[in-house]
Amino acid sequence: AEVEETLKRIQAHKGVIATIVINAEGIPIRTTLDNSTTVQYAGLLHQLILKTRSAVRDLDPQNDLTFLRIRTKKHEIMVAPGNISIKIIVELYVF
Amino acid sequence: IGHPEIFPLVFTTKTQEIFNCRIDEDVTEENCFKLIKKEDIIQDLKTRATVSDFHPVKKVVLEYPGEELLVVFDAKFQYGQNFYFVASEEAKENLLKPPETAEEKEEEEEEEKEEEEEEEKEEEEEEEEENREETLEVHPYKPPVHKPWVSLGSEKEVEEESVKDTVTKIKYMISRVRRKFGAPITFADKNASNVKDSYVECTSYQDKTFSIKMLEKDVGIQMVPKVKEASTQTKWAYPKNAATQYFPRQLSNEEKEESLSSEKLKEFLTSVHLRMEIALQQNEIMNAFFDDWKALAEDESSSGGKPDVHLKAYQSFTDLHHLKDRTISCICWHPTIYGIIAVSVRERLSYEEQVNLCDKSLLQQSVILFWSFFDPIHPQLMLECPEDIYCFQFSPSDPNIIAGGCINGQVVLWDISQHEEKLQNAKTVADGVKKTAVNMVNASILNILQYIYPSLTQVQQSSTEPPLVRYCAVSSIEYSHKKAVTDIHWLPDYFEDNQVGATFENRAEICVQLVTCSPDSSVLFWDIPATKLPEQPSSEKVKEKEVLYMPPDVPDTFKHLCWKPLTKINLCESDTNREYGPVRISLRELHYHYKTSVNTLEVPAKESPYREMSTPSSKNLKVLENISTDFSVGTEDGEIVYSNWKMEIDSNVAKPHTQKYAIHTETINTLQRSPFFKDIILSIGGRNFAIWKEGVTNGPILQSSCSAGRYTAGQWSLTRPGVFFIGRDDGNIDIWDLLKKTHETSHFQNISESMITFISPWIASAKQHFLAVSDDLGVLHVLEICQTLSHPSRNEHANVLDYFEREVKYLKYCEQEFQEYQEFQAKTELK
Repeated sequence: AEVEETLKRIQAHKGVIATIVINAEGIPIRTTLDNSTTVQYAGLLHQLILKTRSAVRDLDPQNDLTFLRIRTKKHEIMVAPGNISIKIIVELYVF
Repeated sequence: IGHPEIFPLVFTTKTQEIFNCRIDEDVTEENCFKLIKKEDIIQDLKTRATVSDFHPVKKVVLEYPGEELLVVFDAKFQYGQNFYFVASEEAKENLLKPPETAEEKEEEEEEEKEEEEEEEKEEEEEEEEENREETLEVHPYKPPVHKPWVSLGSEKEVEEESVKDTVTKIKYMISRVRRKFGAPITFADKNASNVKDSYVECTSYQDKTFSIKMLEKDVGIQMVPKVKEASTQTKWAYPKNAATQYFPRQLSNEEKEESLSSEKLKEFLTSVHLRMEIALQQNEIMNAFFDDWKALAEDESSSGGKPDVHLKAYQSFTDLHHLKDRTISCICWHPTIYGIIAVSVRERLSYEEQVNLCDKSLLQQSVILFWSFFDPIHPQLMLECPEDIYCFQFSPSDPNIIAGGCINGQVVLWDISQHEEKLQNAKTVADGVKKTAVNMVNASILNILQYIYPSLTQVQQSSTEPPLVRYCAVSSIEYSHKKAVTDIHWLPDYFEDNQVGATFENRAEICVQLVTCSPDSSVLFWDIPATKLPEQPSSEKVKEKEVLYMPPDVPDTFKHLCWKPLTKINLCESDTNREYGPVRISLRELHYHYKTSVNTLEVPAKESPYREMSTPSSKNLKVLENISTDFSVGTEDGEIVYSNWKMEIDSNVAKPHTQKYAIHTETINTLQRSPFFKDIILSIGGRNFAIWKEGVTNGPILQSSCSAGRYTAGQWSLTRPGVFFIGRDDGNIDIWDLLKKTHETSHFQNISESMITFISPWIASAKQHFLAVSDDLGVLHVLEICQTLSHPSRNEHANVLDYFEREVKYLKYCEQEFQEYQEFQAKTELK
């Protein structure tokens, strides 16, 4: 229930298109997108997170990745990694 | 022949007869000796000379000392011939006698020799000896007598051969002490070089005589590359097609539920969502897509140096045929088709005549010309007008509908759907271009077109003339304006008025209403009515009487149009009852954007929506409350009036909410809202212009000083919020940039010699911004706006807004000051 609430709150933010929660192996647990897109996002971003995290830790073993933002022309993808799962949010801005 | 005295001779038988030495008669083997007298031989020699056998020995015979010569018969040919001649006495004697002795000697020798040997031989030899002796002569045995040795020359040889001592032999006697003999001896080594003179050596030395300097030497060199063979063998991996099929792993629903409810997930979410929210808020605060690089560049370009501000002449259009002695009154760009621009033409009148404008009958046909960029010589299309058109506009929702206001107060509509394709394909130079758009296949359309354009087809065939399109609707004269329609606008498509005056939502999303104003102090709202496609063109319709006669070659669009304005607003100042003569009108809600009609090509197939329109029933439409119905007009006398067209039901309010300002001295020729700010209006008239902000009632925000020349036309720039263009009567264009200078123009450029009549900016593409300027001579100049004028700098919008607000504040402040001053004055006066 709390889980639901948190996710709903984030999804209700202005400009948020979709929210995805994936587990440590990259399998989506919870999503607001359709399945194929979710799977695509999960597969691609999971790898990226692993790579980013390993890069950060290589540079400084005491450091760890807290947040990743990918800004593209059309959207901004925000990824918050955790130990067991990763949350991905896709946002759209029109300026 | 060992015996030098023996001469072999050949005796012929004749010689043998002469000397009685015939063989086997006188001379036999045993008795081989014959003594011949010397004289006989000599005589024989004389007688027979060369024939004689003795001839060869003639000399010997003559020298022979003895008397008798011995000739010996040589039976055995011992000397080669059958006779031999003995040359010497001694030899003769020897032969005669020593044959015996010789034989004897031989015998003795043989005997001595063979005494030891066999006696038989001796006996034989003796017998032979004896035989010989018997034959010759029996000689008594004489012991050999020693004869003196006759040297025959061998003494020399003997002497030579004998070894004699040449040197006396030297005798040495060496003695040594006896005890030293046989004593043990020890050998030791001794270096020969230590002892002087113990050795003699012959060292080698360089003999100078033999040194030859080698000056040149031929040397042969051969280079051999080191060649090494090496080889490797690799595994050849040939390309092989490989494919993998996969599908993503997905959790089943139960698993999902399970993981969702797990504690870990909750913790994770609580820890993470805060970050998320922060990020989202950040994005809301600032523009996440702000490009810093670009902004940096812009700053540089705008601040540094004087940028090149200019209007580049792109093209100019003029048509001598139609534009002779005429001027252009209005320019309009075609909203969708690139490069098409339309100009309306009217009679060129002097200023006084213009002021006293009345509808004159015009001899020459007035037209609206369509020009295309690609063909600067021939106009693409001509719209026929009943009278001179003062202003016209394309309909925003359907660019094929054009509305124009005439000089006599009528409003005219055209429909150029048939020519749309031609306009779009106006890229080729228009001579001999046969219009294909008109040859429509669609049969239903052809039915309509029976009536349409028989004259137009004639026009088509003469390809040099641009096709002429007749107007398809014109308002009835009695209901139109009394004076020229000076401004016409389409109302935006999201609302429409009804006759009552309330605004309603327009569901059809097409622009169906017009507003016109005219110096006869009225503002009229027109409604484009529904026209049903007549199945029987001449039947039904009670209104047929009222239908104005339409010439047959007019599109059916507005066929039976008894066109009346929808609403009429009289502008009059209530207290003085003076009427205004609005020249320009600007509605607040006049912003609309032209839809790029994707379906233009389907127009032949689809009926134009106007044909099927019916008067919208106002029952089901929603009343829009929040549309502003304010408008402002610029009048003939140079006043600006704000007003509201919403009719107040409550008529207690006598005076509608109006305000007027008199700033300009002459007729307002431009009243335009800024495309960026809805409440900023630019008004141009006479020798100055002013910028107004709605709601600010004190006065204009900016008012320019009187300029030398009259301003005759003006427009806001479409892209830069603080830039507008003003045309003057000397043919100059003034470019005002509010951010740079507010007291004078930033840039001016001369376009033509005559007065500028209209300016119209346009954005054709991201890179091409055009400014169409028309002048009094009827020439349309199309200029390209340079980059600095067309691209806004960063924050220009905000800056301009700031500026306006500052000005507003300043105005307020001024007003306050003024009021205070007045109060103060009043106070002082009271005192």
